[in-house]
Amino acid sequence: MKQKKWPEAWHEVTPGCIVFEPGNASTYKTGSWRAQRPIWDNKKCIKCGICYVFCPEACISETAEGFFAADLDYCKGCGICAHECWPQAIVMVEEEV
Amino acid sequence: MNTVENFEIYAPKLIEKREFFSPGHRACQGCGEVLALRLLLKALGEDTVVSNATGCMEIISSAYPHTAWNLPYIHVAFENAAAVASGVEAGLKALRRKGKIADRYVKSVAIAGDGGTVDIGLQALSGAMERGHDMIFFCLDNEAYMNTGIQRSSATPFMAATTTSPAGKAIKGQRTGKKNVPEIMVAHNIPYVATACPSYPLDLMNKVEKARKTIGPSYIHIFSVCPTGWRAASNETVKLGRMAVETGFFPLYEVENGKYRLTIDYPEKRRPMADYLRLQGRFRHLDPADIAKVQELVDKEFRKLMHKVKTSVPWS
Repeated sequence: MKQKKWPEAWHEVTPGCIVFEPGNASTYKTGSWRAQRPIWDNKKCIKCGICYVFCPEACISETAEGFFAADLDYCKGCGICAHECWPQAIVMVEEEV
Repeated sequence: MNTVENFEIYAPKLIEKREFFSPGHRACQGCGEVLALRLLLKALGEDTVVSNATGCMEIISSAYPHTAWNLPYIHVAFENAAAVASGVEAGLKALRRKGKIADRYVKSVAIAGDGGTVDIGLQALSGAMERGHDMIFFCLDNEAYMNTGIQRSSATPFMAATTTSPAGKAIKGQRTGKKNVPEIMVAHNIPYVATACPSYPLDLMNKVEKARKTIGPSYIHIFSVCPTGWRAASNETVKLGRMAVETGFFPLYEVENGKYRLTIDYPEKRRPMADYLRLQGRFRHLDPADIAKVQELVDKEFRKLMHKVKTSVPWS
């Protein structure tokens, strides 16, 4: 049976509205909020990780080669990474519809 | 070109990799409060119980049946985050004594917004600090009640326009200055009080780690930029935080056993307030005379702080 996304009747609501699965907000993809997406230029990237530290979504992670990439399922396109990147290796480009 | 000051290159690679606040939370684009929360949870680590007052951080993280928290978390009413955190601390102590939980150190942490700290939660906070519970209280200060639609709180700065202190002919925004809660906490004679800003992430994380190691109550006031409520660009969140610190509007300091210490170096001539105010829509009604007034107020507060930094002595 497919797992339900949320309780569908009052008796399925847990007492005290306790959620038993930590971090399950990740099933909700906020990437659709985005109007601009960050693009990394790995030639300019110095692998400092400042984009990783300043991302409020926690969606930027280190790749195997040491560069950084955003998980576009969650990236809301705020542009902090592009603004704070000091070698200016990140640019924001408009999302095409 | 943006330069990042006070930041060691490649230090980001050394910080905690695990995320205790999962992606998929519903915060606005460029939320500085979530950024602060994410960094402070990284510094706290996994042996932590969080009590969170109502506010932005509760609304965006725990929309039933989802939760963004990877830590034990309880949402409580607006006024009693500190009271619940002190109860959690006492409860953990009792359970540990009875041998019902593993014998390891678990920190009880209360997190509240500025409304839950400086207005509604102040008496519970004062009580918890006075009783001397072994807990940390974090105030994530975004300078108004943002989650209900930008109503003024007593942490709103002088002359900021909010929906309940609109700028017009009769008044020019908020008529009073920002309440100095770190100072109230120092008056409780607690071992550790600090101010921090997520624009200085390593400084913030060092302070949180220090508070975690402190036995007894500690209080950290975190300045968190809210681009939505401040009518600012979402990509300038970190820049605004840095400017607030550089202008001396929100100086970073810590108070250990009554001894004040600035945690960043200020030059003789600080950055003018006009630079900071001009980036925000909530200050756009200010004319040069008003900006001078704001500058004067900030200078006064800064002088007071510098006096304390120079003259205070540890009381232990």
